[in-house]
Order: sequence, then C-alpha cells, then structure tokens
Amino acid sequence: MLTILFDGIAYGMLLFILAVGLSVTMGLMNFINLAHGAFAMVGGYITVLLMQRLGLPFLLCLPAAFLGAALIGALLERTLYRPLYHRPHLDQVLFSIGLVFMAIASVDYFIGSTQQILQLPDWLKGRTELGSGAWQLGMGHYRLFIIAVCLALTVVLQFILSRTRFGSRLRASVDDQRVAAGLGINVNQVFLSTFAVGSGLAGLGGALGAEVLGLDPNFPLKFMVYFLIVVAVGGTSSISGPLLAALLLGIADVAGKYYIPKLGAFIVYTLMIVILVWRPQGLFVRQGGK
Amino acid sequence: MKAQDALLGASRMKAWELALWLALLASPLALPTHALIINEIAIVALFAISLDLILGYSGIVSLGHAAFFGLGGYAAGLLAKHISPDPLTGLLLAAVVSALAGALMSLTVLRGNDLTRLMVTLGFALILYELANKLDWLTGGADGLQGVTMGPLLGRFEFDLFGRTAALYSLTVLLLVFLVLRRVVHSPYGATLMAIRDNRLRAMSIGIPVASRLASVYTLAAGIAGMAGALLTQTTGFASLDLFDIHRSADVMLMLVIGGTGWLYGGIFGAAVFKVMQDVLSNITPQYWTFWLGLFLVVLVMVGRERLVRPRSWFARGKTQEAR
Repeated sequence: MLTILFDGIAYGMLLFILAVGLSVTMGLMNFINLAHGAFAMVGGYITVLLMQRLGLPFLLCLPAAFLGAALIGALLERTLYRPLYHRPHLDQVLFSIGLVFMAIASVDYFIGSTQQILQLPDWLKGRTELGSGAWQLGMGHYRLFIIAVCLALTVVLQFILSRTRFGSRLRASVDDQRVAAGLGINVNQVFLSTFAVGSGLAGLGGALGAEVLGLDPNFPLKFMVYFLIVVAVGGTSSISGPLLAALLLGIADVAGKYYIPKLGAFIVYTLMIVILVWRPQGLFVRQGGK
Repeated sequence: MKAQDALLGASRMKAWELALWLALLASPLALPTHALIINEIAIVALFAISLDLILGYSGIVSLGHAAFFGLGGYAAGLLAKHISPDPLTGLLLAAVVSALAGALMSLTVLRGNDLTRLMVTLGFALILYELANKLDWLTGGADGLQGVTMGPLLGRFEFDLFGRTAALYSLTVLLLVFLVLRRVVHSPYGATLMAIRDNRLRAMSIGIPVASRLASVYTLAAGIAGMAGALLTQTTGFASLDLFDIHRSADVMLMLVIGGTGWLYGGIFGAAVFKVMQDVLSNITPQYWTFWLGLFLVVLVMVGRERLVRPRSWFARGKTQEAR
C-alpha cells in the first residue's frame, strides 16, 4: 500500500513539473494552450536521441532537454503565441490543436512511431525495500530520483516566485496585467521568460517521464488531458494549487489502476468533473486575484 | 408591409438554397460511385450543424461533442442488433438517449469559464469512451459492435452495398433537421441564444432566462448529434470506439470553423471541404496528413477565421480584426 502511495507521489510530482508551465500560461495570459504536451515530447525526444545517438550520460541530457524545450518555447511564444493572446478561446484551442497535430506528424515522420526506450544508468535501476507485510514500502531508485529532482525544483520555483524581484513582477502581472503594466513592469518580457521556463520544465518533465509514462509521437494528445486536469483543478493563481492537484491526480490514478483496474481511468475523469462542477474555478483559489 | 418584409427576409428560403438542396439530394443518383462518401459527408454535416447550435449560436466551447455522437451510434446499433432492425426507430431512440444525456450534461456546462467547460465536456467524452471500452459484453469493447444488420427503410428500401439508399437516407434526415433548425435559429428563441453568446450579462439583465436557454439548446444539440451517430452506425452496420474518440470532437470543430460558425450552412460546407480534403491528402500522404491539417489550422487562426468565409475581406487588410 505504501508502495502505491510512493508511486503515486512520484507520478504526481512528475505531472506537476510537466504542467506547472501550463498553469502560468493560463493564469497569466488566459490562453488555453493545448500544445503544452508537445514541449514535453520535445524534451523527451532530445534526451532519448542524445543518449542513443551520441551516447551522452543521462544527467547531461536533462539540462539539454530543458534548454531545448525552453528555446523552442521562447521562439514560438514570440512568433506565434503572442498575437493570439487577446483572441477568443476558440481560436486558441484551434491553434494549439493544430500545433499538436503538426508536432505528432513531424515526430512520426523524422523519428518513427515506435515507442522509444530510455536506457537508465545503472545507479538508477535498483530498488530498495523497507518494512514488511502490508506496510512494505518498495522504492524504485529512479522514482526516488524523480521525487528528489521535482521536490528540489518545486522549492526553487517557490523561492523564485515568493522571494525574488522577478517573482513579484510575475505575481503582479498574473493578478492584474493592466495595472502591472501601468507600474512599469514589462509584461510581455515577463511572459516570454515565463513561457520559456514553463516549456523548459515541461521538456525536463518529458525527459524524466520518458521511462515512466512512455514516449511515442502521440504523447501530447495522450497526456493533454492530465495536464489540463492539473491546471483546471488546481487553479491558476498559485504554485501550491497545481502541486496538490497533481499529487491528488497521481495518487488517484495509480491507486485506481492498481485496485480497480477495470475502472482505472473513470475515477480520475469522474473526480475531475465532480470537482469542476462543485468548484468551477478550481479547488485552490486565492481570493482577491483577478 | 415593407418593414416586415425586411425583417422576415433573413429567414426566407433563398433561390440558391433551394438549388443547393436539390443538387445535394440528386448527388447520390448522379454520382453513384461516390455515394459512400456523400453519405459520410451528410452524416458529419449533421454532426457539425449540431455543434454549431451550441458553439456558433450559443458560444459554448465543447471539446467532447463526440460523446453524444457515440452514444447515439451505440444506442442505434444495440437496438438494431437485439430488438428491432427498423432504422427509423433506431434514429428516434438514438435522439432520445443522447438528448437525455445532453440534458444531464447541460447542468455542468452552465457553470464555470471556458476552460472548465472544455474540461468537463472532454471528460464526459472520455468517460463514455472508457465505458464503451470496458463494457465489452454489451458493446464489444475494442473490437466494436459487430453484426448490426438493418432492416429496409420504411419497410421498402433495402440498404445496398453501394450506399445509394444510405446516402439518400442520410441526406433526407439532414434536410429535415436542417429545416427545423432553420426555424429555430430564426425564431425569437434563436435570437435570445445569440444575445447570450454575445453578452451573457446583458442578456441576463434584459430578462432572458440564460440557464434554461443554454440547457435546452445543449439538449437539442446533443439529440441531433445522437441522430448523426445513429446514421453512421446504421449505414455502415458497425459501431466502434472510434465514435467517441477525441479526434472526432476535434475534427467536427474543425469542419465548423472551416465552413464558418454561426450560420447553419457552415457545417455543411465545412464537412464537404474537410472530407474531400481528408480524402485527397490521405491519398497523397496516408500517414502524415495530420501535419497538413495542423498547418492549415495554425495558418487559419493566424490570418483570422472570419476571412475564409468572407472572400471580400481578403483584399481589405486588417479590417476584420478592427471590426470585431
């Protein structure tokens, strides 16, 4: 049972890293971006290709995945996303779905549609077991590694958001874009960098998750729903909302698939609908924001 | 009488519409080799029109409209397989079942913002997909519902292999539904829907019952989507999980956008253009045609989707954006 909880937490942390960029995009610019998973896929493929073709070590590939996805994110934000910020939501949905279709077909064309296999380094392969019986806790080393990395990232993100000048600018822009701009904050620039970091984090999440979630060209469509659930349920105004939502989703999904495999995905979707009908703005909404 | 004529003019049948419908109804007879694709176009056109009712006229962004399509398809298939092979009974049952589901779901789409609605509708379609997948004793699971044989239409017209009866059947249903909806959107009821779409707060303050209007139009649209699904199952003799697929919800939204939202012909033109485009592109590049579809979407949004249906605006640079 503890093992399931542990796996669920690892899964949830991974989802959080993947989706946190999306929550900023939606919160800051009110942009419905269905193409977020494409950035995660880019990160995953960068890692897999670097390891397979060039033989780089796994730890070196992770920053590369982050940088690659961030670069593409920044480029797309400047050229394609920015003109669409004030367009109707339908336009944004269509645009980002189009982007997803293009990403899927291009990856399919250049790399192939088979599932990619990530060769983990030896020191991440083992498994440690603690306790016994019903309370046995089996921890895969790789999942432990994921939790450690994601925890560290969360702490860093929280620090940046609450303690640095950039963080306060970002929070001001999320709360009220016009007033923030009136106070001399360059909202466009804040958003460009945030979008890039968010895409980079998605890329990193994709790289970390390639082994756990599986990586094939349909990745963005398959996990789009999960990212959106995290954002919709967690709300877009803080970092703790998506974190809790991601953990909840991860644990519910892993536990559901383990205990009632016949009902696996229902639990998650039903939970989401119930929560959204109950609290349409998300579970964790900060009062006083926009 | 002049003012009345001007006001009613918008809802009158025009000559080109009459010609279009005659041409559509004659098409399966004129092009017997293409009857199958004409049938398919008629079905997705019906589906697109039902989405237009909630998206184009009422402004509800839905990414899970395939839920009702699939529900209708399975309802008609199951009825034909186990109880009665009569197509019209199946059509009616499908409409009723999906309309009931739509009435239930309408409670959820009334709340929240665009993102919430998007997620809830998407989630509903995914739940139904899983349900159809897991209830394999009833639906055949991933293999699909096989062995659906339809009786002759009205007891007289057998469904043939070349799809001529099927195409005429689908086109007739499309025409009848279209005529009803044409009345609906030009009635005062339709006008209140558009008022809600354009400004919900203002509509509420002049006394339009927003919640009940949205709920009723969502129910109606769900029922029509169910009929479209039933037509597909009946004319192909097969229902599969593909009916609920997220691709289907996205495709129908695409068709509508290609044809233009907020006028009923948008669904029909969009469906025709989309199906022909899909046919041509997937003949050229069977595996990668979604790339071109994606590119088309991105470019379409970038230049503004209103321009596609108003050719005049192609030459007036930047005007459409300011007009909105």
